[in-house]
Amino acid sequence: MAAGAPLITFDKVWKSYGQGEAKVHALAGVDLAIQRGEFVAIMGPSGSGKSTAMNIIGCLDTPTAGTYSFMGIDAGRLDRNRRAMLRNLYVGFVFQGYNLLARTTAAENVELPLIYRGVAARERRDLAMQALSQVGLVGREHHSPAELSGGQQQRVAIARAIVTRPTLLVADEPTGNLDTARTHEIMELLTQLNTELGLTIAMVTHEADVAGYAERTIRFLDGHVASDSKNLEVA
Amino acid sequence: MIWETVRLSLRSIRRNVLRSFLTLLGIVIGVAAVIAMLTIGSGTTEKVKADISKLGSNLLVVRSGRPAGPGGPGGLDQVVRPLAEKDLAALVAHLTGARAISPASQKQVRVIFGTESLTSGVTGTDSAYLDARDWKLVSGRPFSDSETRSGTGVCLIGETVRQQFFGTGDPEGEIIRVNRTSCKIIGLLEPKGYTGFGQDQDNVVLMPLHAYQRRIAGNRDIDNIYIAADDRTPTSELQPRVEDILRDARRVTPDRESDFAIRDMTQIADAMASATTTMTGMLGAVAGVSLLVGGIGIMNIMLVSVTERTREIGIRLAIGAHEKHILIQFLVEATVLSLLGGIIGILIGLALAGLASVALTIPFAPSPAVILLAVGFSALIGMVFGFFPALRGARLDPIEALRHE
Repeated sequence: MAAGAPLITFDKVWKSYGQGEAKVHALAGVDLAIQRGEFVAIMGPSGSGKSTAMNIIGCLDTPTAGTYSFMGIDAGRLDRNRRAMLRNLYVGFVFQGYNLLARTTAAENVELPLIYRGVAARERRDLAMQALSQVGLVGREHHSPAELSGGQQQRVAIARAIVTRPTLLVADEPTGNLDTARTHEIMELLTQLNTELGLTIAMVTHEADVAGYAERTIRFLDGHVASDSKNLEVA
Repeated sequence: MIWETVRLSLRSIRRNVLRSFLTLLGIVIGVAAVIAMLTIGSGTTEKVKADISKLGSNLLVVRSGRPAGPGGPGGLDQVVRPLAEKDLAALVAHLTGARAISPASQKQVRVIFGTESLTSGVTGTDSAYLDARDWKLVSGRPFSDSETRSGTGVCLIGETVRQQFFGTGDPEGEIIRVNRTSCKIIGLLEPKGYTGFGQDQDNVVLMPLHAYQRRIAGNRDIDNIYIAADDRTPTSELQPRVEDILRDARRVTPDRESDFAIRDMTQIADAMASATTTMTGMLGAVAGVSLLVGGIGIMNIMLVSVTERTREIGIRLAIGAHEKHILIQFLVEATVLSLLGGIIGILIGLALAGLASVALTIPFAPSPAVILLAVGFSALIGMVFGFFPALRGARLDPIEALRHE
């Protein structure tokens, strides 16, 4: 990858569902670029295409037409397993519903991506503890999700996302289930990861004040990028 | 990685104890049935073998009539010539490799002592008979040569006959009536119990051949000649010699079939054993069908499990699990589940076979090969029936799976 090239590039990306008359374009020729180290908020009403865009960014989905390149790789044309490998190596995911494995301790949840990377048990444990301390959850590693609050669960999820030292963090409404105080804490944590680790973050949100934590806001509408602006006040 | 996956599957099995147990039940019952059947079966085979060897192994039995074979025994044009004393004499004179040669003629006859009566197998024979059949006396003595020759009214009785007439008392010297003749008991045979076919081997009376022929049969025929091979001679080697001598003695021309049959008890023992083995195999196969049912149970529950854990699969796929990781996870889970069922089934099956062996007085004969096979087979069932559900899980779209409630 050439120096200075964007981490993420959408080149006339289309994503269509259905056939013939019923054909729906979730994305209709989107052009987009996200640089390394950026913290981008993605907004837009439901059906605007923002979730589809996020799935493509996270290498979970592929475009119907156009090119999605991630780290200079034409990720839209990779098969399932290669994309899985890409996700495992370079992408961390944080979801609105936390998506932790129930009846599995915090530490084990955090270790999960490392298992698929083939990391040895002891090293996994060490890395998981390190990630948990980065999100401020030392001492909770043996709790199961049910024993943790929503904010703590989301911290575990963030630890799981960063334990592999990814290049990109994809966050899908990470504070959607949290109250204001918890939201603030989580957003502080994400901002800190962005600045301290240089982690590129793409975050979907509905709330303008959450989007305010990011440096840049991209608004989707009807499958197009409606606006793309730098945020003036960085929280 | 595999150990990790096994631990994971054990945990998910423990998470749904009742459900896992019910799923296991199919495999448990299947494997238990197969193991019990096969173990009881091989016990029966051993018992049959032992019974037949009680009849006398390395024993040839000659009787008159053409050997059964294609076309059936003796045609109508041929009058069956009974065995005669000159045939016996020829064998005694010329046969090598035999430990004992003994004639025997048998009949079911009413035996009376006092007011008691009993229908017994009465055999007319000579003193070599005990040796040929490998029978022993508990007390008394065998017929003397002079008794055999002259056909004196003496007899040896089996345990059943003694119990009927004398209880636990000493029968020696008592006179019993056999048919219309009387004979003096000179010895008691060692008890041998029942054969595998329910025949009482102790309900017997032995008397000198000449006494039997004259007083009971009313002819000079010999029904059978028992020939016991010595230790160095296999019966298969002895049989053609016997055939040659008898054809010669009975003047059977080379263009004709022998008018007598030689049965090899070893062959019969093998045939019986293979018959019970076949039977066992069939029962085992029937029991195996229930294993199939158990396998379908596993498939069913694994499908439920995959559906239930769709979200978990989505998470795993999102954070970088490959299809094969998910496939292996569920395959291992199904395999561990059915293997667990298999092991429980083996224990129950062995316990059942143990109880059966006590109840049926057959030897308890667990076969390591069968047990190993059951372990392997139950693991295989898990893999085969777990494959489709596992594949279904592995093929899930991570986006859809994550959206699953």
